[in-house]
Amino acid sequence: MAAPEQDSKIIELKPFTDEMIVSMGPQHPSTHGVLRLELKLDGEVVRDAIPHVGYLHRCFEKHSENLNYQQIIPFTDRMDYIAAMNMNWGFCLAVEQLMAKEEGKFPGVPERGEYLRILIGELNRIGSHLLSFGTYGMDIGAFTPFLYAFRDREKILLLFEKICGARLTYNYIRVGGVSRDTPPGFLDEVKEFIDYFEPQIDVYNSLLTANRIFIERTANVAVMDAEMAINYGITGPNLRGAGLQWDLRKDETYSIYDRFDFDVPVGRDIPELGVVSGDCWNRYKVRMDEMKESVRIIRQILDSGLPDGPIQAELKAVRPPKGEIFSRSEAPRGELGFYIVSDGTPKPVRVKAKSPCFTALSALQELSRGLMVADIIAIIGSIDIVMGEVDR
Amino acid sequence: MPLGLQAENLHQFFVQASENWAQRFAQEHAPFLTHLPAPLGELAIMLACCVIFVAVVPLLPLGLVLAERKVSAHIQDRVGPMRVGPHGILQTLADGVKLIFKEDHIPREGDRFLFVVSPYIIFACSFAVFAAIPFGQSILVSNLNIGIFYIMAISSVVVMGVIMAGWASNSKWSLLGAMRSAAQLVSYEIPIGLGILTVVMLVQSLNMQDIVKGQDGIANWIVFRTPFTFIAFFVFFISAIAEVNRTPFDLPEAESELVAGFHTEYSGMRFALFFIAEYANMFAVSAIAATLFLGGWHGIVPAEMLPQAGILGFVLRAVTLGGLIGVVIKTLLLVFVMMWLRWTLPRLRVDQLMNLCWKYFIPISFFNILGVGIWGLIFPTDTLLSIVISIVVIILGLILTFGVLGKSLSKGPSNSAERRISATT
Repeated sequence: MAAPEQDSKIIELKPFTDEMIVSMGPQHPSTHGVLRLELKLDGEVVRDAIPHVGYLHRCFEKHSENLNYQQIIPFTDRMDYIAAMNMNWGFCLAVEQLMAKEEGKFPGVPERGEYLRILIGELNRIGSHLLSFGTYGMDIGAFTPFLYAFRDREKILLLFEKICGARLTYNYIRVGGVSRDTPPGFLDEVKEFIDYFEPQIDVYNSLLTANRIFIERTANVAVMDAEMAINYGITGPNLRGAGLQWDLRKDETYSIYDRFDFDVPVGRDIPELGVVSGDCWNRYKVRMDEMKESVRIIRQILDSGLPDGPIQAELKAVRPPKGEIFSRSEAPRGELGFYIVSDGTPKPVRVKAKSPCFTALSALQELSRGLMVADIIAIIGSIDIVMGEVDR
Repeated sequence: MPLGLQAENLHQFFVQASENWAQRFAQEHAPFLTHLPAPLGELAIMLACCVIFVAVVPLLPLGLVLAERKVSAHIQDRVGPMRVGPHGILQTLADGVKLIFKEDHIPREGDRFLFVVSPYIIFACSFAVFAAIPFGQSILVSNLNIGIFYIMAISSVVVMGVIMAGWASNSKWSLLGAMRSAAQLVSYEIPIGLGILTVVMLVQSLNMQDIVKGQDGIANWIVFRTPFTFIAFFVFFISAIAEVNRTPFDLPEAESELVAGFHTEYSGMRFALFFIAEYANMFAVSAIAATLFLGGWHGIVPAEMLPQAGILGFVLRAVTLGGLIGVVIKTLLLVFVMMWLRWTLPRLRVDQLMNLCWKYFIPISFFNILGVGIWGLIFPTDTLLSIVISIVVIILGLILTFGVLGKSLSKGPSNSAERRISATT
């Protein structure tokens, strides 16, 4: 393509415009928190988008070294505050697995505790995906789905408020079980919500998912194929949106997920709509489908009923043996990993969180090159990051 | 007629203006005005006209802003503003008072003069459009013989204000918004202009009153007069939505992308001017669409079939969507459609917006012009036959369109897409 200098026509057809560097964020309506993107713009076309993180860094990992294990759990609430239950769970899982390394140290989570964990965890997954759906609609320009999503999320928050007293930072799942038993009539209320909510997913699908403009905006935009997703270490709905069936709840089952029947939705090509697996639309659609699967799991719990018994294991002290552990669980935004090093004292020597949002954000730069400003918004929404978890 | 305020044109301008209601009002209640030397008297009448008009029109956005908030609230399962006044009807006033007391912030590095001037340009232009819109047989400020041309010209100036605002703010987001706006407004002027041209070809006049006068009775409304004007109405209306920067075409102020677009840096009353202008614009384009295509102040029933005088005539005219009330009802219906779309649809991307305009609307508009031209050759005057043929073609076209587009549309477009999704799995 190298244009000879004397060929003035080609030069005229390819005028060079100055790059404009725009700082998008940390205060911006659609960066989902305090993300700052350094955009290099050529008109509307994005030449480069460099994410700058750290605006919400609260030294979670360093703090953890000075706290005992139970005291760390409330800090995990502040990581992914949209899905705080799953954050609690991921950390407790790691501590429990570390404790179980020594014979007789950890008796295992009681049955009722496991059921409650899954019930609450899946409810929180629905809440998290609802928020993702709502904000994504708003990013694309449709304001109404946002309020519908918040209306339904409110019902979930009310359920959480009933069971643990908090609406955002729950500190509900503890090492060895959960902190409180269900209040009277709780399961009926969950059932009421599920019965109300399940048809709503179809309403939302017809409102936004199948909207022509929405499909135009998201289909075949920022395609992240399975290979690229794996190379970046991307997990969760973003990976499944690329067409890879990988869900820790099924493939590396923890808790009692193996007792429940549910599918792992994946992204797929739909030529009629111009949808390619791994594009923004598929990443979004996987979340919509996962809400249905979560509803299925909750229905199975409601059908079988909670088993009787204690909600928490009898533990003398939370003091894991000397050693280290890396444990991961399937949070709504991907695999949440915790690496804990213990020297046998009540305080960990080192806690490291592997954040799914951080890895997802790392792919943003490659995904957004050559697209337009509006697409950047669509990508940020579709990889569904929460800055609290990225920065910790 | 050449543009510009040459002496004879100016005189003609005033003569036409004197047809209107304000002059009669002045003759009855302020006869001294008519004793002034002719040009001065006419000037005074024009001024009186303008004063009344400037006093009434700014009340529109006040109502529309509240309407938008209530409409959006009810679409979104909320109640909207409820605190100020009964059912929150004074909320906009309260907001206005708040905005007046806000700090008037001007960016230090910005272009101070342009920054200050641009809200006034946008405000003035969007209100000047109202001067040529007829709201009744004699309710209009100025009966220009180039009325629709004047409206197009004036509304095109808005884009200057937008670019000035974006540039003067010295903010990159504002600049991006202004650039988008310039591209968008200039592009969508074309389908709007071509849509107006189809009407002008039928009516053979640029005068707004002439355009309305031929549309007596629903069968004579231009939208039903030929199948091509039926298409032109939709192209015009959708382009008009783009012209006033509303979702799905609100890219210049796309909140989730450009923060607030070209008025990001504005605060207080200057921001309010943009806001008021936006709603005034919305009302204006709807009123123009109602005038051009939906009969203007002519109702569903031809005027000679209704009693003209007295309260009864007034009420009957209003009920059949004629007269001042009729125009306002039609306009508000179109405004409601705009609000409805805004709170339902996502936003297009810049390239998709341009595609829609250049690849679809403009070819369709040219086709319409060709079609109207041929129609005019076949039916030089409107006869019963031509109207019947037109309506039959429109109905057939609708059946065909919705029949072909689907099967899918029968159960609502959304379900069909859903079904296609599930069919592929």
